[in-house]
Formats: sequence, structure tokens, C-alpha cells
Amino acid sequence: MAKYTKGIAGIWDDEHMILKAARKTREAGFTKFEAISSYPIHGMEEACGIKRSWIPYVTFVAGVVGLTCGLLLTWWTSAVNWAINVGGKPFFSLPAFIPIMFELTILFAALASVGALFYACGIPRIDPPVIDPDLSSHKFAIFVPQNDVGYDEAKIEKMFKELGATDVKKTEY
Amino acid sequence: MMMKRSPLVLGNKTLKDVSDDICAPVERFPSKGWVGLFLGAKTLLLFYIAILASVVGIGIGLLGVNSPVFWGTMIVTFVFWIGIGHAGTLISAVLFLFRQKWRTSVARTAEAMTVFAVMTAGLFPLLHTGRPWLDYWLFPYPNQRGPLWVNFRSPLLWDVFAVSTYATVSMVFWYIGLVPDFATIKDRAKNKLRRTLYGALSLGWRGTARNWSHYEMVYLILAGLSTPLVLSVHTIVSFDFAVSNLPGWHTTIFPPYFVAGAIFSGFAMVVTLMTLVRIGFKEFQNYVTLDHMEVMNKIIMTTGMLVGYAYASEFFIAWYSGNQYERFVFVNRAFGPYGWSYWMMVTCNVLIPQLFWFKKMRRSIPVMFVVSIFVNIGMWFERFVITVTSLHRDFLPSSWGMYAWSWFDTGVLVGSFGMFLTLFLLYLRLFPAVSIAEVKPVLHVGYDEKGGH
Repeated sequence: MAKYTKGIAGIWDDEHMILKAARKTREAGFTKFEAISSYPIHGMEEACGIKRSWIPYVTFVAGVVGLTCGLLLTWWTSAVNWAINVGGKPFFSLPAFIPIMFELTILFAALASVGALFYACGIPRIDPPVIDPDLSSHKFAIFVPQNDVGYDEAKIEKMFKELGATDVKKTEY
Repeated sequence: MMMKRSPLVLGNKTLKDVSDDICAPVERFPSKGWVGLFLGAKTLLLFYIAILASVVGIGIGLLGVNSPVFWGTMIVTFVFWIGIGHAGTLISAVLFLFRQKWRTSVARTAEAMTVFAVMTAGLFPLLHTGRPWLDYWLFPYPNQRGPLWVNFRSPLLWDVFAVSTYATVSMVFWYIGLVPDFATIKDRAKNKLRRTLYGALSLGWRGTARNWSHYEMVYLILAGLSTPLVLSVHTIVSFDFAVSNLPGWHTTIFPPYFVAGAIFSGFAMVVTLMTLVRIGFKEFQNYVTLDHMEVMNKIIMTTGMLVGYAYASEFFIAWYSGNQYERFVFVNRAFGPYGWSYWMMVTCNVLIPQLFWFKKMRRSIPVMFVVSIFVNIGMWFERFVITVTSLHRDFLPSSWGMYAWSWFDTGVLVGSFGMFLTLFLLYLRLFPAVSIAEVKPVLHVGYDEKGGH
């Protein structure tokens, strides 16, 4: 599929080595490379130069939308569209509507955050190429796509080997 | 002197060991013990389905609900199961926010327990309506009867929103946690079926640094959202009672009292299940260690005393209020015809957990298993005491009565465990029961550079 680009990947066996390798790869001027691991590595974001996730903004906006929807729903149905006198309470009885507004805030914020995660990570993705099946278990990899600045296969292979990569392969990702 | 931290994972595991150990129950043929338990649970589930089919087909009158006790087994067992679910969210979300690293290896299974307990609980109010085929009336949707909307001032409707939001969010939270582990199983798969199935479940997750960065943020956000959510759910469940004017129900103490009770009963259920999981799946003993069990037992004792305090303060307030109906309800609760259930509750919830003052007891698997069973029983009786004893004798002696417990009540209560256990046993076989991606970063806790401790 066209979505995946060709490139070169180095494989490491150790968390400390991949952190160092990611830092060096970044210092070599690459910007589109990916560091792949089976668990989030402390300090990897700094090493790769990844900015803080933008998802909290989505959460906040969705929460506000949820709150507003809860307010509008309870107000419009109870006070406008078909107002019914329940035990002499006011039609727009705000304190009683707070639980509904609260729950909808949480529901909207949570689902929107997960939706944003799917969008940010490009999932669901059907059968993406796998560089090495052990990457989701105990190995680590750095992949440099061929469209990155200053891409030179021989040079990258040499750099990866010098950084202690146990394997370097041309692949698609 | 520096306090030494005990390791969270025992046995000097490597990353590969972790993947191997946790995936093993999913990848190997089920053991005889598992098959035996599963067949038992499934039989109980079939029995449950038959009971529920009769209750729906013939009518709610098969149960003991009647004037004056219109809330019975269904509501009692609903509150029981929903409370059980709360400990899962507490472990996975609240302890995550407090950076309690020990939660890591228990969180997945506790959360699974939450999801299945909420599913089990969710059926009860739907069936309790008596005409479950009209349950869509509970939701506000445009209709041709006016449109006649639901009553947003009713705590019962708040409950619809609270429980359905809770079910949705905890399921999503659980699933997001599972995604990277599904990818691990997919990559290890030796046969095509497993590869395809877990590949689909993993959504094509690849674990790049950028993905992990977003992932960790969303995990934190979901934990942050689940924390107030879990408190709101049992608060709103307690409003079902507290907003009415019935003596014994109409008290301001209910929300914190219910939340503490929920955490108490939930942790007991986690201990019950975890002791069994540790016996059935030996490889998990290095991940869910005795230290973990001990910490949970401490929480059980603490929350047990919290509910004990609530029982005592309810009595004090009933006396201090000077209200004769309120006073009568509480005297009747302890010394009336249902007094036995009250003392059962106090014994199981307040007295028995006191054993955990002793370290030996806190660290003994048989002792904690037995205590956790008692707590489960006690917490079911707490809800029975609150619901039934308050209803059966209120203002007018002419409308007093007893709850006409029938064997269908027993069937509903016992059968619900069939549903829960079937789901839970399937989970243990099909899903990684400890979070692989979350355990790996805490592998080193408690070990020095050389790997010793």
C-alpha cells in the first residue's frame, strides 16, 4: 500500500542503547525517524524531540461540549418542549440536572480523547508491516524512512552498527 | 538509613520472560482445573438464564417483592455488583494518579473484574422494571407520546446515566490498556487464526515513540476522568435511596458511606479472585506477589473500619435526631425480625477484617481468601439490611410486612455469579491477565544495578 514508505531500520536489544541511538539519530539531522518499543521508555520523547501530546485540548473541548449538551438537553426537555410539574419543583431545576451534566461531560471527554488517540496514531490500521516480531516483546528499533532529509543507506547502516545495533535491514514501515 | 523498596516483580525477569510468562495462559492448552471451573461456571450461567427467563416470561411476582418491600434481591444484588466494580477503577485509575507502582500488575485483572461486575449489575435494574422490553423508555429519545421526556429530577434516571457512562468509560479504559498487549500476542502467534484475531484486536498498534507519547497522555486523561466518575457512580446509587423520605434511607451520610463500602467489597473480590488466579496460573505469582496482596488487605481493613464508623454514626444520628421513626428503624434494624442480617453484616465487615492487624494474617493466602469471602457475604448483607429492613417497617404499623424470599431470589443471586465467573474465566484464557507493557517499565524497581536486591 502506498501509505507505507521504504527505509532502513536498526534493531537493538537494550533500552539504554536505543535511547542513545535515538538521540544520535536525531543529532544526525533526521526528523521523520520512528523509535519502536514494546513499552513507553522514560526519556524517549526528549531523545526523539517529540512535543507534548495535543490530545488534552481535545479532552477539554469535548468536556465543555458534553457539559453544554447536558445542560441544553435537561433544560429543553424539562422546561421548554414538554414541561411537566413534578412535585411543585421549578421546570428548570438546575441542581437536579447537575448529575446528568456531569456524566455527559465525562462521557464526551473520555470518548473524544480515545477518538483523538486513534486519529493521532493512525489506528485502526489493517495488517501494517512488521519490521521484527520481537519489537512488541523485547527488542527495540529505529526506522529512518527514505524521504527523510539526508537519507543515505550506507551512512545510516554504518551509524546504526556503530551505535551497537544487532541487525540492520532495509524494510517498509 | 534508607528504606529499601521490595521489588514489584520477583525472579529477576528479562523483558522476554515477561512476554513469555504473561502470554503463556493465552497460548497453551487450558488446564483441567480451568476447564472444570469453566464448565461449573457455565452451568451456573445456564441456570441463571433459565431463572431470568422465567422472571421475565412469567413475571416479577416470582421474586419476593411485594407490599411493603418493593425493592428486593434485584436491587440489593445490583448495588452489590456495582460496588464490586469500583475497586477495579480505584486500582486502575486512582492509584495510577497517585503513582502507586504496585498497582501495575493487579490493574488489568481488577479492571476486567470491574467490566464484568458492571455488566452483571446492569441487568438487574433493567429486569427489575418488570417489563424489560420497554427499557428503552429509560433514555431520552424523541417520541410520539408528546414527546414525553424522562424525568431528569429523579435519582433513578441519574443512575441510568451514571451506570451507562461508567460501563462505557471503564470498558474503553480497559480496552485501550489491552491494545499494545494484543499486538504482542499477535506478533508471537504461531497460527493464522490467532494472528488474525489478535491482529484485529490490536488495531494495528506498532508502538512508535510518537504513538506511546499520545498513548500515555490518553491513559492519564482516562485515569483522571475515571476517578471523579467512579465516585459519582456510587454517590448516585446512594441517591436512589437517600433522596427518598424513608427513615433509614434519608441520610446525608450515604454517598461517602456507599463509596467506602464499594471500595471495601471490591477489594475483597479482587483478593478472592487473585488468590485463585495465583493458584491456577503459577507464573503470575512473580507478578502478583504477597506484597501486593498484603497492601490490598490493608486497604480492606481500613475501608472495613470506615464502614464500621458509618454504621455507628448512623445509629448515633438516629438517636440524636430525636425523630421517633428514625430511632425506631435503627432499633428495629439491630433487634427486629431482620436483626440476624444486621449482626451478620457487622461480624463480616467490621469484626473479621480486624485479623489483618497481624502481619502473619495479612500475608497468609488461606486466611485472606476466607476473610475476603466473609467480606463479600457481609457486603451483600449490608445492601440487604439497608434496602429491606428500612422498607419492611416504616411509619404505619398497619403497612408492616416481611420480604417473601422465594427460591427465585436465591436463583437470581447465585446465578449472577455464574454470569460473572464465566466472563472472568474466559478473560483469563483469552486476554493477557497482567499488563505486559505496563509491567516492563517497573521491572527494575527494588533491584540494584547488578540485578540483585
